[in-house]
Amino acid sequence: MKLAVIDTKACNLNSVLQALKRLEIEPLVSNDQNELKTADKYILPGVGTAQAVMAGIEKGGLSDFIRSLDKPLLGICLGMQVLTKYSAEVPLNGGLTRIDTLGIIDSQVEKIQAPGLRLPHMGWNTVRHSDHPLFKGLAQDTYFYFVHSYCVPVCADTSAVCSYGQDFSAAVCKNNFMGVQFHPEKSGAAGAQLLQNFIAL
Amino acid sequence: MLAKRIIPCLDVRDGVVVKGVQFKHHEVMGDIVSLAARYAAEGADELVFYDITASAEGRRVDRSWIARVAEVINIPFAVAGGIKSEADAQEILAYGADKISINSPALSDPDLITRLSDRFGVQCVVVGIDSYFDAASGVYQVKQFTGSEKSTVTTRWQTLDWVAEVQRRGAGEIVLNMMNQDGMKNGYDLKQLKAVREICQVPLIASGGAGAMEHFYDAFAVADADGALAASVFHKQIIAIPELKQYLKEKGIAIRT
Repeated sequence: MKLAVIDTKACNLNSVLQALKRLEIEPLVSNDQNELKTADKYILPGVGTAQAVMAGIEKGGLSDFIRSLDKPLLGICLGMQVLTKYSAEVPLNGGLTRIDTLGIIDSQVEKIQAPGLRLPHMGWNTVRHSDHPLFKGLAQDTYFYFVHSYCVPVCADTSAVCSYGQDFSAAVCKNNFMGVQFHPEKSGAAGAQLLQNFIAL
Repeated sequence: MLAKRIIPCLDVRDGVVVKGVQFKHHEVMGDIVSLAARYAAEGADELVFYDITASAEGRRVDRSWIARVAEVINIPFAVAGGIKSEADAQEILAYGADKISINSPALSDPDLITRLSDRFGVQCVVVGIDSYFDAASGVYQVKQFTGSEKSTVTTRWQTLDWVAEVQRRGAGEIVLNMMNQDGMKNGYDLKQLKAVREICQVPLIASGGAGAMEHFYDAFAVADADGALAASVFHKQIIAIPELKQYLKEKGIAIRT
């Protein structure tokens, strides 16, 4: 099994790489299609902003490559959010109302509606899942680590739900495309289990 | 439900973990990586590392230990101390820290908060505030350069004003160090914590004074802090994290166990 981490050049990959190393996986890290083609599985990490991640994907000419993949892909945090059609997370002074994203999952990214609660939604929160293989061996209401202010609402492809002011997608799965809003690489033993499950798919 | 966070704080000086009483008289507590690994294994929700000498002495610190921590632990951690620029922050995040925490440099250069938030995202910009209750004037004062007693200065800021200001400038989280209580183990200053909570729309972490399990309960149940930070009670094994979390859970606090 060869795992590739898609390097969008928009974020720090260190946490994900360290988590994989702890699972004794040495991934290919690349934004080059020809190199990426040789992999069996993909992780699309994302920290930063939707615009920065999409710019990194476009720069590598990777939009169509990612859309056409038929092997398992796991998006993490923003890497999950960009699987949807568009994001409301726009630069403060850019005059944009949305950022177009990959359009694989039929949903979108909205600001979390959590009146009276603090944003970002930061910390450990419980997840209810629908027994997707990604969550094998993980009990309902297991805690995962979240850091985000935007979310994918619950949609047809939602496979795990978290609540913070509103219910939102903690995980989405559509065929070979999977995404988690939380950070498995920072979620202790539960996160390591989820990454191991992805590797074992 | 979002869990309240238990956050061991490791004050780092010259590559080892130290702890002082009321920010003075530092004693060596142990090795950074082994203590970090121990706390992660015991169920800490997050770790904070403060290089307590960096800001006061204005020297550049060797941060390679951050990479060793990132290799070993699988929970989030923040690094504080001597972060005066985007380049400093970049280095720390590249070593694998999840958040950067700024304190004295934010007081010298408040725009730094905004520059860091714009570049790295609000979620990784923590502002630490050293707050001192001056009994003579009845005012909560913000102190700067608290790495040693000699270097400490009183700023022109009152704590509540500074809390509002750092949020306006893009702080993603606030750690309130209540200096009068620090190391005293008498509990957090709940009055102050509640006052800050009322005007704090970002996550708020209580720091300074934890000595018993009920002090953590009070920070969460009475003052609605999002996290509670403590050092010596964990380092000296006065409180064990698994027991603390079980206690809080039984008292009805949302806690990850």
